[in-house]
Amino acid sequence: MDLDKKYTPQTWPDHPEQVTMEGKNKFLGFWLFLGGETVLFASLFATYLALKNKGPSGMEFSTQTLFELPLVFVMTMILLTSSLTSVYAMYHMKNHNFKGMQLWLGITVALGLSFLALEIYEFNHYVHLGFNYSQSAFSSAFFTLVGTHGIHVVVGLVWFILLIVRNAKRGFSLYNAPKYYTASLYWHFIDVVWVFIFTVVYLMGVVG
Amino acid sequence: MSSIAQKKGFGATLWDYLTTVDHKKIAVMYLIAGGLFFVIGGIEAMLIRIQLAKPDNDFVSAGLFNEIITMHGTTMIFLAAMPLLFAFMNAVMPLQIGARDVAFPFLNSLGFWLFLFGGVFLNLSWFMGGAPDAGWTSYASLSLASPGHGIDFYAIGLQIAGAGTYIAGINFLVTIINMRAPGMTYMRMPLMTWTTFVASALILFAFPPLTIGLFFLILDRMFGGNFFDHTMGGNTIIWEHLFWIFGHPEVYILILPAFGIFSEIFAIFARKRLFGYSSMVFATVLIGFLGFMVWAHHMFTVGLGPTANAIFAVATMAIAVPTGMKIFNWLLTIWGGSIKVTTPMLYALGFIPSFVAGGVTGVMQGAAPLDYQLHDSYFIVAHFHYVIVGGVVLAILAALHLWWPLMFNQMLSETLGKWTFWFFFIGFHLTFFIQHFLGLMGMPRRVFTFGANQGWDLFNLISSIGAIFMAIGVVILVVNIIITVVKNVPVGNDPWGDGRTLEWAIPQPVPFYNFKQTPLVRGLDTFWIEKQEGNKEGMTYAEPISDIHMPNNSFVPFVMTLGLFIAGFGALYNGEKDWAVPVLVLGLAITFASMAVRSIKDDHGYHIHKEDLMNEKGGK
Amino acid sequence: MNTTMKEGFDLAMMKGLKKWRLFSLLAALTIFLSGCGEEYLSTLTPAGQVGRDQFNLLLLASAIMTLVVIVVVIIYVVAIVKFRRKKVGENVIPKQVEGSHTLEVIWTVIPILLLIVLAIPTVIYTYKHADVSAMDHVDADGNKTAVTVNVTAKLYWWEFEYPDLGVVTAQELVVPTGEKVYFNLKAADVKHSFWIPAAGGKLDTNVENVNQFYLEFDNESAGLKDGVFYGKCAELCGPSHALMDFKVKTLNRDDFNAWVESAKTTEAVADGDLATQGEEIFNTSCIACHATSAAGTAGGVGPNLAAFGDRNRVAGFMEHSEENLKNWINDPQKYKPGNLMPQPEQLNNGEKFSEEQLDALAEYLMGLSIEK
Repeated sequence: MDLDKKYTPQTWPDHPEQVTMEGKNKFLGFWLFLGGETVLFASLFATYLALKNKGPSGMEFSTQTLFELPLVFVMTMILLTSSLTSVYAMYHMKNHNFKGMQLWLGITVALGLSFLALEIYEFNHYVHLGFNYSQSAFSSAFFTLVGTHGIHVVVGLVWFILLIVRNAKRGFSLYNAPKYYTASLYWHFIDVVWVFIFTVVYLMGVVG
Repeated sequence: MSSIAQKKGFGATLWDYLTTVDHKKIAVMYLIAGGLFFVIGGIEAMLIRIQLAKPDNDFVSAGLFNEIITMHGTTMIFLAAMPLLFAFMNAVMPLQIGARDVAFPFLNSLGFWLFLFGGVFLNLSWFMGGAPDAGWTSYASLSLASPGHGIDFYAIGLQIAGAGTYIAGINFLVTIINMRAPGMTYMRMPLMTWTTFVASALILFAFPPLTIGLFFLILDRMFGGNFFDHTMGGNTIIWEHLFWIFGHPEVYILILPAFGIFSEIFAIFARKRLFGYSSMVFATVLIGFLGFMVWAHHMFTVGLGPTANAIFAVATMAIAVPTGMKIFNWLLTIWGGSIKVTTPMLYALGFIPSFVAGGVTGVMQGAAPLDYQLHDSYFIVAHFHYVIVGGVVLAILAALHLWWPLMFNQMLSETLGKWTFWFFFIGFHLTFFIQHFLGLMGMPRRVFTFGANQGWDLFNLISSIGAIFMAIGVVILVVNIIITVVKNVPVGNDPWGDGRTLEWAIPQPVPFYNFKQTPLVRGLDTFWIEKQEGNKEGMTYAEPISDIHMPNNSFVPFVMTLGLFIAGFGALYNGEKDWAVPVLVLGLAITFASMAVRSIKDDHGYHIHKEDLMNEKGGK
Repeated sequence: MNTTMKEGFDLAMMKGLKKWRLFSLLAALTIFLSGCGEEYLSTLTPAGQVGRDQFNLLLLASAIMTLVVIVVVIIYVVAIVKFRRKKVGENVIPKQVEGSHTLEVIWTVIPILLLIVLAIPTVIYTYKHADVSAMDHVDADGNKTAVTVNVTAKLYWWEFEYPDLGVVTAQELVVPTGEKVYFNLKAADVKHSFWIPAAGGKLDTNVENVNQFYLEFDNESAGLKDGVFYGKCAELCGPSHALMDFKVKTLNRDDFNAWVESAKTTEAVADGDLATQGEEIFNTSCIACHATSAAGTAGGVGPNLAAFGDRNRVAGFMEHSEENLKNWINDPQKYKPGNLMPQPEQLNNGEKFSEEQLDALAEYLMGLSIEK
């Protein structure tokens, strides 16, 4: 099968990401990878719950005193929206609308960047309060859990940007369709993890 | 790029192997590297037994002894047993399911280089200020207290090697799910393929907790984290949980492929279909599943409370049931068969009593109150060596003899093979059987010496003598390999005469594209079926000869791994040397840049054209 | 579950076993196993009820497992002998049997039954051996009825505090016979594990929490080879893990009470000129870390030496002689690498102790006794 073959909207397959053997393998392999990532984050969550509010005797920080929901709520909304925009992008990929896909991915990247900016602001804020990485077991667990998610966001953004730039002039092919697809899958995963972080770390931290 | 028959110079061959994405060549590299680490781990084992041959010995110092036991365990598990099994999985599994290669040839290569560089990184500790010394389990309070960089080498080295294992696991899973030849249904897959499948699934879910545990250790030791520092609110038991949530499935990651290897051997050399195939498959899956439910039986004495201990005790005992099923199925496979005692079969026959012994002592330790006595004594040392050596190592040695002709188109000497077996087998039982009693007699494990007249002197001496026998066995094996390679007598396919599965049907030496035409699988033991029906070619084809799509070789995996290797040193010396952070950044930059190159550069592979295939007569 | 029920169960289990065909096997195993090891150290010669329960479980498990091994070996040997290619003929193709449902059921159900036989006592003993509820029982006067020992594991020595009795000692645990002795276990630096093989299984000493269990001792240890049971550290804790031994002296309740009384009242006295010299050296160089009175609480930097003269070992593992004591004081790192005792140079103005100083110190230390 010619991977560089040009398609028209009429000839473009329904599931362009799963036409070639490579595409099928990538699709399945990436789902399995996300399975492993789930266990990875589960381990981080379990550790966070075990070490939550634990620190040297007389520690002044706790989830109640530290976290403020409004900022985190805004971050959550931004990331959820970015998941939606990436769905639009995949919708356009199915319909063989390359420009539409690139545009919506661009919007996704913009939202992702603003999420990241707010996260950096948040971390910076905590460090200024004295709640730095080495302050306690609690701080280590918090920064590691949320920071690992943040690194995933960075990776996802770099991936999107590379795809957008790389393929700007080439348009669709059965070679790059699986790449777009897995990248957006990754982005959804990041989003789902954040929903858990929002619930377990912030909501349960402030309320529970 | 590998293409049709040509002589190559050393440089070209080296470059070929550095860049290869061919599962058969990667298998050879796993075999060589794993074999090398096996010998290193074996030398460490000999040092341990020399030190413990007599009471109050001062052959090695206390600190050095702890480094040796730590490196022995870590090397044997992560750098010898697993890679050697990966060698056979890579060499055999794609051929067994009728695939042209694995699903991700590029990642296959990446996985190998990560393992090798991780292993080298870990072993460099010997020359750079001392090896890790907190045991292969590296429990957190001791590993945080350990001075020097030994533990840092452990954590970073295993992190790199572990990433390789994780990638290999995903690769095997996708290969088996997506790349099976027409007719190769799940319930026609050979047991070696099934066990590779289940072991890979275990890798997928067991390695992330280890990754996280190691990250915590790295962060605590090098970057100011407080996960395990109880004065800062940390908790060392978290490490124990994470380690064993990985560690127990790891045992099955090792033993399941061993089961697969022996299942193949019993069927071949008893000339009989594997008895109870479907229940064997079921037992494999069940063991894999239960493997995740029992990790806390390594922690009975930690003080988790009677309820947790009771639950994990009963769950542990439950694993004995599917394992027992397997033993009886193997026995019934040879029952009524036509047993030919070749070297691989000898190992398989030696495996049964050895592994049963290891299994029953495992059940004994599953009984929590009894384990309070057995835990961390020499009894446990005896037990896991019965499982790992009596199960996994015997399987690796058996597979080496069984599949050597498949991998190299040569036959290892049967005579020397049997000599190796007897020395190794007798030595093994001599070394470890008696250690059960040392444990019962109160000898703790991981002791660098022991006082005279505690009733342990004679048994320790016997154990050390046994170790010498094992060493002689390995030396004979090395001699056997050298002689065979030098003689280089081609043997063709199906040299054992009773091969049953697809890998024996393929012409020798195996073409780099594996199957000229994808085979059609018509049942369990498809090669056997074809032979019984008098098919000279041994295969029925599912397609006419047509172009074959092949992946390009790539140097990127090597560079990507090199980046992580360099970054490892940066992390290791963080906060101590000025160059640490720049080196860390540089290394990661190399890795990410090569990932970006891989991502940006289109790599569509190439095609072998129909006409070229027609001209070929099978082999290279 | 109360005690009588448990005892009833123990009896019933043994009775049931007697009736069973396993019994002769069990008897043979018992004889074989108790031949192994030293009475003061071996798990095969249990010194109290906890160890005995665990030993019985060992016998039961071994018997079941031996049964399994025998069945496997019989099938295995017959198969190898009967079905060799030499016997069945070179060109014979055996019948390609798929499997057998009946057999599958048999070798699934029988192991499950055998495992249930093992699982029941396992669960019962697990709860029994973790039951420390009687630890806090008090008599009419409000005094604790049971002896509780707070064990602190340190690099590489053991501290034993009797919180209700106001006594602290090190390296040699003294306990009464014929009753449950309760333990609170903790580590001061890295993780260790507290194990007296003859008395029963081990329990880890963690850094972040206190673990509790109990042990029992039937007889006084005076009759043993060294007059003590051996205790071990069972968790790798550093270079000298192998040398982190302790000893256990068991006394009948009256002798134990007398020992406690003596421990609380005895003051360290130097007997003779040499010992007095030694005391002076000790008071300048050693007393910052080592206490010489057993009355007090835990938390010593170094082991409490009030009972040093009564001890069985120097530094926990060397024969109890003046020679060893002097060698130890002048080079602790050589004998127990990684231990935290300062080298003599750090205590004695940059020099090793002289022979005279050592003689004096040894004389003084060997005279420290609460048993006299």
